[in-house]
Amino acid sequence: MSVPLGTMFRIAWRSLRQHALSTWVTISSAALASGLVMAVFAVARQSSEAFEGGSLGFDAVLGARGSSTQLVLNSVFHLNTSPGNLPWKAYQEIAANPSVEEAYPYAVGDNYRSYRIVGTVPEFFTEHRMEGKPIFELPGDGRVFDPNLREAVIGSVVAHKTKLRIGSRFQPTHSLDAGSDHVHDEDYVVVGILAPTNSPADKVIWIPIEGMFRMDGHYLRGAGENFEAHAGEAIPDEHKEVSAVMLRLKDPAAGFMMQARYNKEGKEATLAWPIATEVQSIFQQISWVSRVLILVAYLVVVVAAGSLLASLYNTMNERRREFAILRSLGARRRTLLGVILLESGTIALGGALLGFVVYFGIMAGAAAVIRSETGVVLRTMVYHPAMLWTPLGMLVVGAIAGLVPAMKAYSTDVSRELSQSAA
Amino acid sequence: MDLLELRDVVKAYDTPEGARHEVLRIPEFRLAARDQVALAGTSGSGKSTFLNVIAGMVRPDSGRVMLDGQEVTALPEAARDALRARTIGYVFQTFHLLGAYSALENVVLGMAFGPGPDPALARALLERLGLGERLHYRPHQLSVGQQQRVALARALANRPKLVLADEPTGNLDPGNAREALGLLRDLCTEHGAALLLVSHDPAVLAQFETRRDFDSINQPGTEVRA
Repeated sequence: MSVPLGTMFRIAWRSLRQHALSTWVTISSAALASGLVMAVFAVARQSSEAFEGGSLGFDAVLGARGSSTQLVLNSVFHLNTSPGNLPWKAYQEIAANPSVEEAYPYAVGDNYRSYRIVGTVPEFFTEHRMEGKPIFELPGDGRVFDPNLREAVIGSVVAHKTKLRIGSRFQPTHSLDAGSDHVHDEDYVVVGILAPTNSPADKVIWIPIEGMFRMDGHYLRGAGENFEAHAGEAIPDEHKEVSAVMLRLKDPAAGFMMQARYNKEGKEATLAWPIATEVQSIFQQISWVSRVLILVAYLVVVVAAGSLLASLYNTMNERRREFAILRSLGARRRTLLGVILLESGTIALGGALLGFVVYFGIMAGAAAVIRSETGVVLRTMVYHPAMLWTPLGMLVVGAIAGLVPAMKAYSTDVSRELSQSAA
Repeated sequence: MDLLELRDVVKAYDTPEGARHEVLRIPEFRLAARDQVALAGTSGSGKSTFLNVIAGMVRPDSGRVMLDGQEVTALPEAARDALRARTIGYVFQTFHLLGAYSALENVVLGMAFGPGPDPALARALLERLGLGERLHYRPHQLSVGQQQRVALARALANRPKLVLADEPTGNLDPGNAREALGLLRDLCTEHGAALLLVSHDPAVLAQFETRRDFDSINQPGTEVRA
């Protein structure tokens, strides 16, 4: 007669309760492992997607001669230093190229509380589309800056972190990061706060490019010599400079010809095209971080499995008498084997379920840090296959870890244990 | 027909010195259904091994054990386990209760491997043994005498045909021993179970009409060098 599973589970459950501290420590360790594995995979995928989506629908970037990686990091992710400037004429030429659908100039050089200030044109917000849809939304009373006024549109992360609101005023600081104490004289007023785009654009302060040209202490070298703009006087185009030009092409194939023209035949500019490939290349360069994290997560799984094995195995000595009594009552060896496997399975299941709590905890923490540092918003509720195979894998690992103590229970010598415990 | 029959049963163990030590050599032993027999024997004479062989927990090197019409020695281990759960109630000197379970749970758990849990029967048995107020007490919360009564209830809960009692009063004071033994015998009579008890205590043995000297049943050989 076989023993009902319910009885076996009651025996297993009673033992887990009896060793509550060890059970909870082991469940916590399994939960940590499970949650960590799921979080690492989810963060890796979402970071990758966010990086790939960071280009905001642009196909190429034109910048000063130099590294295309640096150009993409600087213009798309607003990281790293600018590789240099291009004369305004280069912007005008490429904007007039019939293969170019959209071209927006960027000028950088200042920051506010370490958030980069980028000068551009209002059309960047009003005309630019990705897959036919506008990217930038200005909710509430927000509006795009007037190109002739000292007005700013700020990203959602900037608004969150600096507490700048519509109507707030600020003075830009010279340099791309917070390393300078040269605060410009100009006062800018916030006229719009962008809705989150889940891209690096969320941590940028956007001002009119003319404002960047006219900023106190900025010299324009478009004509090869320093030119300082003066209030009330127009800036001749030959003196103007841009840090980069963001491009959307009519036909992706045009990128080949443009790349040949700028990167092979020309010597003054670099065309980073296609941006997606550049982004992948950048991501690949930092993908070792993900691999290390995944390795660490797997090591935690191994430690959790070892902890499960040790915690059950350590109870085996004190439980040999219990097993012998159960055997004397008619319990079969395989019943005891099943009880121990149920115990390890229950711990693994508890760990797998609690792992989701750990996962959401890690994701919430990671999301806050990543959003603050990059503007990228991680979505904690998005499904990833790891959320299915990790709990299942944890059950398998738990069952395997339970096999050793289960075999020890299986091999209990009834008469010896009963006679020893009677002595 | 006998409930239990042993014929030419031999069991030996290897000693650390590399010799074979024979502990059992039973040419013949019979026990009729509902009989109550006490076996007198000194410590280390092989009484416990004898009971374990009958219960199918130890397989003899040779010989035959018949229990309730089945040849125990010919059954695979799982079948012996099932037969033990169904047919045998075991009472130990040290009770062997499970410390994490209440009195009631100890009895019900014993039933789980036999005919199945019957909490009502377990409760009735414990009440019959005067433990109605202690059903949910854990073993450590019970006196030694009460613990032995829980062990008696567990042994009888599956309505076994044979109860094996290995020095069942060895840990009890004379008063509790007398009471426990009386209850054991009464319960066996009430349930129609045979009782095979081994003890070295003359006071216990004196209460049985049928007493046998274990040394007259068991005739182990001398130690043999391997």
